[in-house]
Amino acid sequence: MTTDVLIKVDDLQKHFRDGKIKALDGVSTEIHKGEVVVVIGPSGSGKSTFLRCLNLLEVPTGGTITFDGVDITDPRCNINLHRQKMGMVFQHFNLFPHMTLLRNMTLAPMKLLGKSKEEAEAKAMELLGRVGLAERANAYPSQLSGGQKQRIAIVRALCMEPDVMLFDEPTSALDPEMVGEVLDVMKELAHEGMTMIVVTHEMGFAREVGNRVLFMADGKLVEEGSPTEIFEHPQSDRLRDFLSKVL
Amino acid sequence: MEAWMADLKSQFILNFIEKDRWRLLVDGLGNTLKITAAACLIGICIGIIIAIVRSTWDKNHLTMRPSLGKTLLGIANGICKLYLTVIRGTPVVVQLMITYYIIFASSRNSLAIAMLAFGINSGAYVAEIVRGGIMSIDEGQFEAGRSLGFNYVRTMQYIIIPQVFKNVLPTLANEFIVLIKETSVAGYVAIRDLTKAGDVIRGATYSPFMPLIGVALVYLIMVMFFTWLVGKLERRLRNSDH
Repeated sequence: MTTDVLIKVDDLQKHFRDGKIKALDGVSTEIHKGEVVVVIGPSGSGKSTFLRCLNLLEVPTGGTITFDGVDITDPRCNINLHRQKMGMVFQHFNLFPHMTLLRNMTLAPMKLLGKSKEEAEAKAMELLGRVGLAERANAYPSQLSGGQKQRIAIVRALCMEPDVMLFDEPTSALDPEMVGEVLDVMKELAHEGMTMIVVTHEMGFAREVGNRVLFMADGKLVEEGSPTEIFEHPQSDRLRDFLSKVL
Repeated sequence: MEAWMADLKSQFILNFIEKDRWRLLVDGLGNTLKITAAACLIGICIGIIIAIVRSTWDKNHLTMRPSLGKTLLGIANGICKLYLTVIRGTPVVVQLMITYYIIFASSRNSLAIAMLAFGINSGAYVAEIVRGGIMSIDEGQFEAGRSLGFNYVRTMQYIIIPQVFKNVLPTLANEFIVLIKETSVAGYVAIRDLTKAGDVIRGATYSPFMPLIGVALVYLIMVMFFTWLVGKLERRLRNSDH
């Protein structure tokens, strides 16, 4: 694995109600190019907030995030340009219901990257083919199952050719029988060398695909390490307690 | 009975046929429709802008960093709220007369003034309809747009407003129907709209029954027609509910 740092997070803070609630309490880490980082932890531990801070959907109250050498927490920085390079997949898919799947996927590349319709559609069709939904290109999101929606959400983000993909509990809203198809797409993506940060409750995925696992609790990064270190040799009581409940 | 029928017939001839009085009604109807259509357009433009300012403030003012943008947005929001309070708190006929006799006292283009006054009035109601529509769109839609790299305005334009428009179209169409009837006070500023035309005929013939019932029927038929149209629209939107 290369050691190029893509995202550097330094002492990240997110406070609500004038500091009475600390959703993030001083998180620091580095994300390297090509790395698959899985974030686990009990609910309310701040892992989703952490992920959403990375592309500033949540504005941190303190600390810095450096993406590709640029401090994106600086108010003068144009976050819209950097978000183009950070794909995001949500728990509830958030496909645009008034557009066909193809339009969902081509809107941003055409409007933001200045791609021609043909170019954007060719790329979208290629990606649709890879997730096995090419023949549904002109369907609307409401005509799809949850698993299909999430696969579309993933390829919609990929159409922007991002440097990193952020996954915010991508399988939590799915029926159990649909989790596999979404995880398969994510695994394939990981094997292709995409940098990924995944917040998930799927411990199997974390173990199998993750290069590094971050364990968060109470807004703090309690432990980080390889899947083997985290799952076989947990150091802190907090992690041992968590693992005993979820494994 | 026969005498009654004959009387009705002579009344009809007196009020509508004689001296081509029906033309007054047709011209009046034309003015009513012109005012309604223009006011509707003005109202939608004002309404959408105000709705965006108000909902942007409501959604974001707690999380925005203090900045010039926030201050300006706060001022704009305050102006919008004042506008909504004043317009919705006073009768449309008073607003119409203020516009005509005070604000545009030097102009006697009463049709244009009425279009503006009714448009400004309608804008307040449209704003609240559209604002409700914006607030009802799932926050995830904003986030998905922003996460792709669209700025706030583009997210609104491509992702939020098209969905809002589809959701509120039936309610907006109802606002339009209400507007048709509200323009009946345009006679106050020397416009011969449908209502005024009926009144002019009544004044000339000294027989109120035919012209007033006639005018009422024309309004009723228009409203029934547009209501039917809205119903059709609503069913079509439901069918294409993706």
